[in-house]
Amino acid sequence: MTAAVRMLRETTKSDTAQPIVEVRHISKRYGSSVEALRDINLTFPTGQLTSLLGPSGCGKTTLLKIIAGLLEPTGGEVVVKGKTVTGPGPERAFVFQDFALMPWASVLRNAAFGLELQGIDKKKREETARHYINQVGLSGFENRYPHELSGGMRQRVGLARALAVNADVLLLDEPFSAVDEQNRRKFQEDLLRLREVERKTLIFVTHSIEEAVYLSDRIVLLSPRPGRVSEIIEPHVDRSGPPDLIRRNPAYLDTVEEIWHGLRDYAD
Amino acid sequence: MVLFCLAWEVAGRIPINVAFPPFSDVVAAFGRMVADGSLPSAFLITLQPLVIGLVVATVIGIVMGVGMGLRDELEWAGVPVFVVMQAAPMAALIPLITYVYGIGLTAKVLAVVILALPVIALNGYKAVRNVSPSLRAMCRSFLGNRRQEIFKIVLPDASPMIFAGLRLGISAGFVGVVLAELLITPTGIGDLITYHRSIADYAEMYAVIATIILFSAVTVGLLERVEIALFRPEKKEHSA
Repeated sequence: MTAAVRMLRETTKSDTAQPIVEVRHISKRYGSSVEALRDINLTFPTGQLTSLLGPSGCGKTTLLKIIAGLLEPTGGEVVVKGKTVTGPGPERAFVFQDFALMPWASVLRNAAFGLELQGIDKKKREETARHYINQVGLSGFENRYPHELSGGMRQRVGLARALAVNADVLLLDEPFSAVDEQNRRKFQEDLLRLREVERKTLIFVTHSIEEAVYLSDRIVLLSPRPGRVSEIIEPHVDRSGPPDLIRRNPAYLDTVEEIWHGLRDYAD
Repeated sequence: MVLFCLAWEVAGRIPINVAFPPFSDVVAAFGRMVADGSLPSAFLITLQPLVIGLVVATVIGIVMGVGMGLRDELEWAGVPVFVVMQAAPMAALIPLITYVYGIGLTAKVLAVVILALPVIALNGYKAVRNVSPSLRAMCRSFLGNRRQEIFKIVLPDASPMIFAGLRLGISAGFVGVVLAELLITPTGIGDLITYHRSIADYAEMYAVIATIILFSAVTVGLLERVEIALFRPEKKEHSA
């Protein structure tokens, strides 16, 4: 009941804020037996950070890869800036869970790789890459190789690469899951700060409730097997204060608690 | 290395066997054979089918291996053939090759190719199959086309395993050329080994055998350098 009310309220609100990504009746099957996603309908408003949250097996990464154009849905369509998605596009950039950095390439070449593929000349693309390497806090590491960096630093390179192609939508697939706890917190704070500067729309897959509440304007809760939208929550956490204060903010803590109650039924 | 030479010297002096000369005799024999030119000229003769055969096996092996890794129909057609070639004792085919191609250069080149090719092709195939799927997805998501995906992601990521295959292929090629020289017609290194064995010049025989082993090892080692210089800058900086 409450879920239905929330969703209703959500739809009316999204109509006023211009959606940049629309997911319409998306379903995905693997073979004939595994149903990963069933009839997903979502809109992602411009400039907002939306988290896809759910237990493992709810198809959140599958949904993100369908939006990215890396996977084909079995049914339905994804519309980005008014155009139906048929594959990857310049208005979307992906940040990978396992970083997906080329071990044989320096930080600079990795960060510039999206531009390299577009055929932009070396001097120009390296200039852009240096700017974003600096933005993610890695200046001085341009000529290092991925194996010389920590997990958190590697993911910063992945983020710099995604920022460098200047896409409107960043798709982040559990970007912090392979990063240790302290670095994860620091990275989350940096991501909030970067959002202010870069003005991107972010779609963020995570299985961490705290992370979702801390970062998101909207949280889409997915239920598993088959993946469906079970609830959409807007945390309304005031993020103007210092990070430590946000994490002790009652609104933050209440939302975490509320989501946990909704999800505990799915725990194994 | 020094320990190995010392042990050899001691073992040769005991002696374990009349046909097992001490290390110093072998070195002396090596000196004599270099001085009279028989060893260098034998090497030149042996290198001919070896180099031609390895070049052919490398080109065909890498092209076929990468092709089989990238395309399902090539995999279906090619992989079983190479698996059989690798599993079969190819040395047994050498008499057959002689029957068809005679005793000339062609037969020896072919002996090198059939021994070196399967391992190069199969390693190339496995290398491409083992390329990180997430790197390929990354390349596609940043709008890389098929060509860019192959040349900027697949080949560099596959290169360590392709080169491992090349190293094994080169060793197999050495086996092939020596086998051919022993089984088809005694020329080059094979001739020197057979000749010195037949007149009981064991020091000379060992010198030839040791030289070809050393030569093979050095070649394989050099290849590793080439690989790091060309494809793996991150390892170069680390070891420097």
